Amino acid sequence: MDSLFSREELAFRDELREFFRSAVPGRLRRKVELGQNISPAELREWHRILDAKGWVAPAWDPAWGGTGWNAMQIHMYREELQMAHAPTPFALNISLAGPLIIAFGNDKQKARFLPKIRTLDYWFAQGFSEPEAGSDLASLRTQAVRDGDCYVVNGQKAWTTLAQHANWMFTLVRTASEARKQDGITYLLIDMSTPGITVRPVVSIDRDHHVNEVFLDNVRVPVENRVGEEGRAWYYAKYLLTQERVIGARAAITKLKIAKIKNIAARITVAGVPLLRQSWLRSRLAALEVELTALEITTMRVLSEMQRQATDTFDPKSSILKMKGSELYQRADELLIDVLGPLGLPYTPGFLQGEQSLESLVPEWAATASQKYFLNRAATIYAGTTEVQHNILAKAALGL
Amino acid sequence: MNTSVMELSEEQRLFKDSVEKYLEKRYSFEQRGRYAACADGWSRAAWAQFADMGLLAFQLPEAHGGFAAGPLDTMSVLEAFGRALVLEPFLSTVVLGAGCIELAGRAEQQAALLPRIAQGDLLLAFAHTEAHARYDLAEVRCGAVSDEAGWTIEGEKFLVLDGAGADMLIVSAHIEGEGIALFLVDPREPGVRVTSYLTQDGHRAANIQLSGARVAKENRLDGCLDVKAVIEDVTDRAIVALCAEAVGIMSRMLDLTVEYLGTRQQFGTKIGSFQVLRHRAVDMLVALDQARSMTLGALAALAQGRPEERRKMASAAKAQVGKSARFVGQSAIQLHGGIGVTMEYMIGHCFLRSTAIEMLFGDTEYHLSRISDLGGLVCAADHGGMPDA
Repeated sequence: MDSLFSREELAFRDELREFFRSAVPGRLRRKVELGQNISPAELREWHRILDAKGWVAPAWDPAWGGTGWNAMQIHMYREELQMAHAPTPFALNISLAGPLIIAFGNDKQKARFLPKIRTLDYWFAQGFSEPEAGSDLASLRTQAVRDGDCYVVNGQKAWTTLAQHANWMFTLVRTASEARKQDGITYLLIDMSTPGITVRPVVSIDRDHHVNEVFLDNVRVPVENRVGEEGRAWYYAKYLLTQERVIGARAAITKLKIAKIKNIAARITVAGVPLLRQSWLRSRLAALEVELTALEITTMRVLSEMQRQATDTFDPKSSILKMKGSELYQRADELLIDVLGPLGLPYTPGFLQGEQSLESLVPEWAATASQKYFLNRAATIYAGTTEVQHNILAKAALGL
Repeated sequence: MNTSVMELSEEQRLFKDSVEKYLEKRYSFEQRGRYAACADGWSRAAWAQFADMGLLAFQLPEAHGGFAAGPLDTMSVLEAFGRALVLEPFLSTVVLGAGCIELAGRAEQQAALLPRIAQGDLLLAFAHTEAHARYDLAEVRCGAVSDEAGWTIEGEKFLVLDGAGADMLIVSAHIEGEGIALFLVDPREPGVRVTSYLTQDGHRAANIQLSGARVAKENRLDGCLDVKAVIEDVTDRAIVALCAEAVGIMSRMLDLTVEYLGTRQQFGTKIGSFQVLRHRAVDMLVALDQARSMTLGALAALAQGRPEERRKMASAAKAQVGKSARFVGQSAIQLHGGIGVTMEYMIGHCFLRSTAIEMLFGDTEYHLSRISDLGGLVCAADHGGMPDA
């Protein structure tokens, strides 16, 4: 793969590696390696380390703490960060809330929110989906009615990731009923401590708490917390989701998982022969590695195209990255539980939260694999299901 | 980013356009049918035209009449050849034949032969594979014995691509106590019998029997003595060339299929309005894109020339292309319905060729296994988190 990078890029990569090697606190690195949850306090600690270096939000406008790196450099940063087992900076803050405010917020909002978004003092939830508006997001019904210098918001949001930790939520609300359901939607930043907000946990099939339902009952939101113009949010959100898809390939995480599978399969022996030498595993591993390598090259092709065009126009290939990336990510999870077999079955409560004492139950390298497998079935569902991506590609790339 | 594999220069774009335009105009599916029906099974006129356009020279070293083009030129030409299902012996002569001479020949052999290849005056065939070897490159039973005047070769070669039309064969044979060597063999020698046949994809191949075939002393390719490495190298080049060709064939299959979905009417509507068919077409697109990426990666590795990386990436490309070609080909036939399984439409011919490419120089399973043997593409040491062994 090195033959695909320029000399300057390889030097830049060395710089990234050197920083991450020394900057990631050992305790956090270990938790990431083992697949344990990073607590909000730990994630804030890491955000501050990155922010001190000026690297917490490299893709942002340099005026607000970004780096001015090109798309390729930002991609390399994300890859190297993950390869170093560093916690991933909180995506809802860095990839969604920040870019939203930078692109469409006013100066006052930028000054108020952006520094605290970087340090995670403001922790954002995403108020997009609703019970009746999933893939068909434009069907959302949460209502905001203007009353003096406030909007009064009523409705319900679903799949609200980590809202239990959030103190803010960027929220899509309906401010008008127009002929096109994409019109009349507005962006509000809602303070989670406002009276009328209830957060109800939804436990996912990994038995952990990632998502919530958020109920909004006569929540008063100051008009100054509206981002951009009233009724334009659909177009803003579309722009932001395009950003999300480029991230969708996640090749580095899958690569780490493959490395982990190899290490574990070298350790598990069947009749004296390491699992790693069995032909079914060799074949499935190699097939996965090939697909992943191809996807990494596709990512570079997309980046190369982006640099050449220097525009934010939608490249249908970013749908391929999301689709194929999430598929391979899931295949690695699947292969890992197949390798573990019965070792994957004991449930080890507490380990995910960072408790260590399970020596007697299963080896710690086996403890989180099944939970990841179950949870990550969502990877082909969120941020545009695989089937929605098919529809997008059929139209945009094939004209069907 | 290494722009030599990501971005066509202006010059390269012009070259690519000229090749595509020429083939569009002069190498239609109907024209190809006429070429296939003639005695050689391909067109000498087209070959002469390729030579005029520089297509037989672009990969050769500059010292011998070539212009040492970059990886993307290879992609452009071979992808265009794939889209048109070109029948001419490019792989045999320019990739395998010229490759052997470039890597294993002595300076005077290179000087004598390579310019003739560039000009279109010399056709070569690489007579290496034997029927029992399957995909194992080291499996050679043909033997060569020396005397004062030269060499005598005994043995039998199988599935020699374009073996019948070649002016000269490059034969691999085992020398007792020395290992595998390469020889330039004149197919008109009395001890050489060439049995030519059609392969499933409409190309030509031959079985070649060598019984007491004589080779003059100076016709051994002995500029480099690690012939095993040369054979691996040219085979990797052939693999990547075939991958690029297959990318062209797949893109043609996808275009034909999308066109068909947009025109064929059933149940009162274009069949392309059915979501299940649209999604299948998207899966074809994704498979094609994966194959294109992996092929570009392998071309970059070939250009860089580190053998370990080259082997892995060539195998990765062949495995990805094999998997993609099977899916794209089978899907294209399915989406065309009955006409997909007739010889009357191009789609069937595309499928025949893409399937043959799967089976040449190692199929998908073979290359997946080779990737494993070489340690894989992802390094296990990249992951910590494991207790000490």
